[in-house]
Amino acid sequence: MPEVATRELTFAQAVREALAEEMRRDSRVCIFGEDVAEAGTPFKVLSGLVEEFGAERVIDTPISEAGFTGMGVGAAMTGLRPVVDIMFGDFLTLTMDQMVNQAAKVHYMSGGTWKVPMVVRTTLGATRRSAAQHSQSLHAWLSHVPGLKVVLPSTPYDAKGLLKTAIRDENPVVFFEDKMMYKLKGPVPEGEYTIPLGVADVKREGEDITIVATSSMVQVALGAAELLEKIGLSAEVIDPRTTWPLDEKTLIESAKKTSRAMVIDEGYGRYGVTGEIASVIAEGAFYNLEAPVKRMGAMHVPIPFSPPLEDVTVPTDQTVFEAARALCGKA
Amino acid sequence: MTIATDSSKTNTGTKAEQSIRMYRRMVMIRLFEEQVNELYTRALMPGLAHLYVGEEAVAVGICEALKPSDYITSTHRGHGHCVAKGASPDRMFAELLGKEAGYCRGKGGSMHIADPATGNLGANAIVGGSAGIATGAALSAKRLGTGQVAVCFFGEGALGQGVLYEVMNLAALWKLPVIYVCENNLYTEYTHYSETTAGDILARGTAFGVHAESVDGQDVRAVHATAQKLVDRARKGEGPAFLLCNTYRYTGHHVGDINREYYRSKQEEQMWKTERDPIKNFATWMIDQKITDATKLQTIEDEVRAEMKAAVEFAIAAPYPTIDEVDQDVYA
Repeated sequence: MPEVATRELTFAQAVREALAEEMRRDSRVCIFGEDVAEAGTPFKVLSGLVEEFGAERVIDTPISEAGFTGMGVGAAMTGLRPVVDIMFGDFLTLTMDQMVNQAAKVHYMSGGTWKVPMVVRTTLGATRRSAAQHSQSLHAWLSHVPGLKVVLPSTPYDAKGLLKTAIRDENPVVFFEDKMMYKLKGPVPEGEYTIPLGVADVKREGEDITIVATSSMVQVALGAAELLEKIGLSAEVIDPRTTWPLDEKTLIESAKKTSRAMVIDEGYGRYGVTGEIASVIAEGAFYNLEAPVKRMGAMHVPIPFSPPLEDVTVPTDQTVFEAARALCGKA
Repeated sequence: MTIATDSSKTNTGTKAEQSIRMYRRMVMIRLFEEQVNELYTRALMPGLAHLYVGEEAVAVGICEALKPSDYITSTHRGHGHCVAKGASPDRMFAELLGKEAGYCRGKGGSMHIADPATGNLGANAIVGGSAGIATGAALSAKRLGTGQVAVCFFGEGALGQGVLYEVMNLAALWKLPVIYVCENNLYTEYTHYSETTAGDILARGTAFGVHAESVDGQDVRAVHATAQKLVDRARKGEGPAFLLCNTYRYTGHHVGDINREYYRSKQEEQMWKTERDPIKNFATWMIDQKITDATKLQTIEDEVRAEMKAAVEFAIAAPYPTIDEVDQDVYA
């Protein structure tokens, strides 16, 4: 087998590389959003793309999220493959008619005749000291709607492979990036690869408890797993990678194996992703479970600005460790 | 089944042929809606029906200026746009009745007819909801260099929706080949537009540098002439336009809106029907111009009536989708 060279890339570099490769591969792929061109977004994720692909394909828009997302829908229906950039996930609220009533429904309402191969890239995650309107994780809203797919990468490797797949998908896909993770480094192989949507990844194998974690919470879960190991508990950390399609089988099988499960996600705990996944596990693995499925999400408060307040609104290595320990009867 | 439809291509032929074609299309819409009203009142049609009767000259005049490959987006009051763009009445009726033979396999219904073959990106039941889609289609046309033009039909009620202004700004900035056609039928559901619309409607386009004009929406020749100019302009890369078509909705907001005196008078309705009817007035003009005569126009009406009757019979006889269709086409 030939050796595949691997290098360390940051999460942001992996996203950028996926976009650049897909734009080279397919001239129909274009990017639009606020400050995506010369600025490369405030997070600098897109730096260099306008220089390679030109302002015809990396297009700065006015601050009109509903307008340019709606244009993404129309452009996708008629031959382009737009990657729409919504700078902060909080601004998805402005695009909701376009996402929920238009993008998600065009294919079904038209009896399968029109398609919307569009990607919306956006961000989630708190603890950036950005307060209540720049810190939310609203992926549950989109996951709720039939017709949309929702991707939540947690590593540079996953981000690249999943984004390339999302761009090639014939459906509207919402791609959430944790803005606190852009500088996270990880191994990414040289050359072409993609990761299918709807396939969970076991980030760490274990025997005593299953911790299902998404996006920003995967690193937290892995941190908690280290702490658990020190007290003799072996945690299995599973990242579903996409909330829809959802790899129910992998989650259920892991819970059956370990007999205990918890779900961590940075969205609000109430009526959210954790509730849905916990229910999938409870229904699928009920007779193998030795404890109720535990959920941990963001506190049910607007994200506060003050750092000590903000820090307690999201799960941490320590709080997840303590909850897992309690679930295993070792509190 | 085969139905004798008007197979003549749009935008071709002599002026006389074009006039006859526009007349036939308007009659098609009028009689299509007559059948819809009948289906609805006989309780054969589920859901709601928003009739286009009275506004026929707008859809026909605009679509006569378009090529089959040009795009349109339509509204909840969209049957006229679909017919004018070339949709076949049998598949439209089938859609209205929720049948598998419908344009959307019965999954869309009256408010969502879409048809790639005629460039119809879909009727939209969110007021103003298709403004982004039409503008995005224009972006594709420009980027891919296809020469296509997109027309966004919307009622004056959509002037209250912010997304329209976002995309007009973008269309002007990027010089996109899109035409925003505002059909002002005077009533935003049950409310006169003057109670919901401040200032000058055309200024809403010109504020963004979008070329804006208004036209008598009851005069199909005027609508067509103006539309042709704006379409040619857009196709040449001269940018978007806003066309205000002043028109009137003969019937209620939907078929069930019977008692309308609280928002408009019967005298007003009667005036539009007798003095401003787009079909009657166009017939009179064609006869005056010796393009045709009353007998020939009656023949057209008879043919269209037979076609609509056959189309309705087709739709009534057509099967519903099987239940396993319910979760098909959620994802491509």
